[in-house]
Amino acid sequence: MVHVPDLVQYGSKPRREIIENPSSKESIAHSLRSYNKACCYPPNQTFVGNLSPDELGNIPRPWFENEALCSAKGKFGEILDQKSFYGLLKLADVLNPPLFAVDDSVLARLREGLAAHPLLAGFASRLAAIPQDVHDHSRQDPSRSSALAMRSEGKSCGWFYGDERAEGKGDDNLGPYTLLENLCTKASGALALTWLLHREKINPEKIDFLISCGEEACGDRYQRGGGGMAKAIGEMCGCTNASGMDIKNFCAAPASAIITAAAMVKAGLYKRVAVIGGGSLAKLGMKFQSFLEHGIPILDDCLASTALLISEDDGASPIIRLEPGAVGTVPAGAGFSDEAVFRHYLLAPLESLGLKCTDIDRYAAELHNPEIMEFAGSGDVASKNYRKIAAMAVLAKQLEKSGMNAWIERVGMPGFAPTQGHIPSAVPYIGHAMEAMNRGEIKRVMFLARASLFLNRCTNLLDGVSFVLERNPRL
Amino acid sequence: MLTGKKVIVFGERDDISGTTVSTCLKAAGAEIVYEATACFV
Repeated sequence: MVHVPDLVQYGSKPRREIIENPSSKESIAHSLRSYNKACCYPPNQTFVGNLSPDELGNIPRPWFENEALCSAKGKFGEILDQKSFYGLLKLADVLNPPLFAVDDSVLARLREGLAAHPLLAGFASRLAAIPQDVHDHSRQDPSRSSALAMRSEGKSCGWFYGDERAEGKGDDNLGPYTLLENLCTKASGALALTWLLHREKINPEKIDFLISCGEEACGDRYQRGGGGMAKAIGEMCGCTNASGMDIKNFCAAPASAIITAAAMVKAGLYKRVAVIGGGSLAKLGMKFQSFLEHGIPILDDCLASTALLISEDDGASPIIRLEPGAVGTVPAGAGFSDEAVFRHYLLAPLESLGLKCTDIDRYAAELHNPEIMEFAGSGDVASKNYRKIAAMAVLAKQLEKSGMNAWIERVGMPGFAPTQGHIPSAVPYIGHAMEAMNRGEIKRVMFLARASLFLNRCTNLLDGVSFVLERNPRL
Repeated sequence: MLTGKKVIVFGERDDISGTTVSTCLKAAGAEIVYEATACFV
């Protein structure tokens, strides 16, 4: 995760609201929380692996008033501070003239921040090699252009421009907001991949293929969502032997990417495939108005990213079931009802595997932090999905209606992931699932991800993607 | 029960979808004049 309070104003909802109501900018600024508060927030500690979802469920609500651990580093990753992230953002910027323009003193500060980080010191030395920017006098005064002010800890950190070269001018897809969004995905994705390579002690050159599963759209006027994010992230992290591609499936893209990666490895195409989901700038502050109304800090102030390694069976890591029919999908002709979606991506793959709903030890569904969603009036998304899973199990005569609540309590979990779209959709539980499997507590987890395809305005369809993860039989 | 009534339906992806609400209301005789399902995540 990356705590980016000064970027909340550039989230889609805050940005639009500030245009309509300029006083919102000050209200937002006064409702931001500190890095320490973001670190100590229990759902964030769960996301990086310091608390299990079950331990989170035992902490009284409201969580923002009941801090537990306060460690920036966790088993699965870390909660990075904003200044360090700006260093990664600067490194992610490959354009000349740069999109993220900083002066000498800011560049030095960003370099120092990265150099002090045990995992990111290599990035600091690369930052040192960037020709030092000076204010580009051929550019407009940034305060009068559409450039975005970049600030951190009350100080200016430069300006973020659109692509103002001849080939970029006038292209709505290459304005500062869109390009900042894309670079945030790249930089946060690179952070997650760096952590993965470090923790698994893998040389980046050993990665064969990269799949990105974020919800950004990179490209210009002629190829607005052309992609290339996977390779951009891999290039930044030194994966010199890997090619890659981007998979788009709205929130279910991480699940789709994991299945695709697993199929590639199983087919013998590749040995190690990294699946990376970068964070979403657009979703920062999506629910800010609700927090302001309730007089509490803005809780959706973090980018979140994820990186997973899919490799050949090593005799220890869990396996993804890939037999025919084992992966849940929803065909286009399935219809629009919830029941149809769940029949296809919950019941059908279990039936193919000869399993019942009750044979699954835990279900990972939409794991959005309920504290963020409930203040916004949208309710507890995880809980709603678990009720639907249980209801389907009852409809399939695999569970008694009277036993629904107890079963949900056993197989479900509280949501804990920030509202970053694709990031909370089932896969945040993978690290926790692996830990629980290694302890011998569980054998089998089903991951169910949903995708709101209707948001593309090309269809009214929903999608659902699921897969089953099992404890390695050789453990 | 709802014969002759015109209904506007707003549903939500993770709660009750617009399709589900419309199906129930149509069964009760309503005419659905507009249906939408939102995604709040």
